[in-house]
Amino acid sequence: MGCLFAVLLISIFACQSQDEIKKAQFFTNGKSLYTSHCGNCHGEQGEGLGNLYPPLTDTAFIKGQRQTLPCIVKYGIHEKLTINQRVFDTAMPGSNALSPQEIAYILTYVGNSFGNELGLVDTDEITKGLKTCNEAK
Amino acid sequence: MNISHTKTRLLIITSVCMILAACQQHEQKRLPILGERHAATKEVDGKTVTDTVYQTIPAFSFINQDSVTITDRYFNNSIYVADFFFTSCPSICPIMSKNLLKVLKKYQGNEQVKILSHSIDTKYDTPWVLKRYANKLGVTGDQWQFVHGSEAAIYGIADKYMVYAKEDSNAPGGFEHQGWLILVDKDKRIRGAYDGTNTEQVNQLMADMDILLAEYFPNKENE
Repeated sequence: MGCLFAVLLISIFACQSQDEIKKAQFFTNGKSLYTSHCGNCHGEQGEGLGNLYPPLTDTAFIKGQRQTLPCIVKYGIHEKLTINQRVFDTAMPGSNALSPQEIAYILTYVGNSFGNELGLVDTDEITKGLKTCNEAK
Repeated sequence: MNISHTKTRLLIITSVCMILAACQQHEQKRLPILGERHAATKEVDGKTVTDTVYQTIPAFSFINQDSVTITDRYFNNSIYVADFFFTSCPSICPIMSKNLLKVLKKYQGNEQVKILSHSIDTKYDTPWVLKRYANKLGVTGDQWQFVHGSEAAIYGIADKYMVYAKEDSNAPGGFEHQGWLILVDKDKRIRGAYDGTNTEQVNQLMADMDILLAEYFPNKENE
């Protein structure tokens, strides 16, 4: 009985650490993709730029928009956003060429930087999220 | 005898040191003058004089973010930094603007320092679009001019600043351009070109601006 419990415990930890490894891997890949696709406007530290480009430090916003983030990255956004109690209305261009895998890397990086704590954002989540985008327009 | 000999030697060494120090003080760092040049011979007071003629930025006239005409005369008594950008640029421009903000911050209120950003998106970036961009960037006052002009005028002057800019539907945002920040002196000569996306080079630009300003006030350091 005790043996079984130990096996169970070990497998839980193993899973966790595997997730951790995956998260670290996604994070690292995401960092370089972030630099080439997002950092120009949003800044190396996610600080944004004046009232032109919003910061990525509004943890409540990032957490609340988790489902729509894949759509925003891929297709951009053309609506007013309130972030850190400031209104931003500069249109964001989409990065249509990014694959779901790459978006997962980017969102794992953003989601675990600048104060955000989303944990691993995996490719499945992105694929599902992208199905909900209203980009047929 | 021996003592006086030592004294003489000491005196000589001290004098040499002082002369060297004096020489160093007068040796002021100068920036190079970039671009094309040719020798021109002209007559001054009946004498034939040959002098170097440097490439300069020709006369121009654009409309700024306040819909006011801005010409080269606006920059007559100042050194300035020029760049080429567009407001909807998704690639290098945000970093260039961010770095130019640093330059503005350092020289805020200094009437001898100006910034001139030319929009290469001559169709979309009308004065009010430029104004909105400046506002959002947090730029107020008239030290940093954002200008709009005809396609021919803007692309023509880009050549004079030795910056490549071209409309290209394959480039991000629709325009291909270089991110140089060009330092121009009070005589409209190009004195430096810096990668506006590179923090170290932007720091070099600001250091060079100090050197260039000092050229106009050679004695200021000794005051």
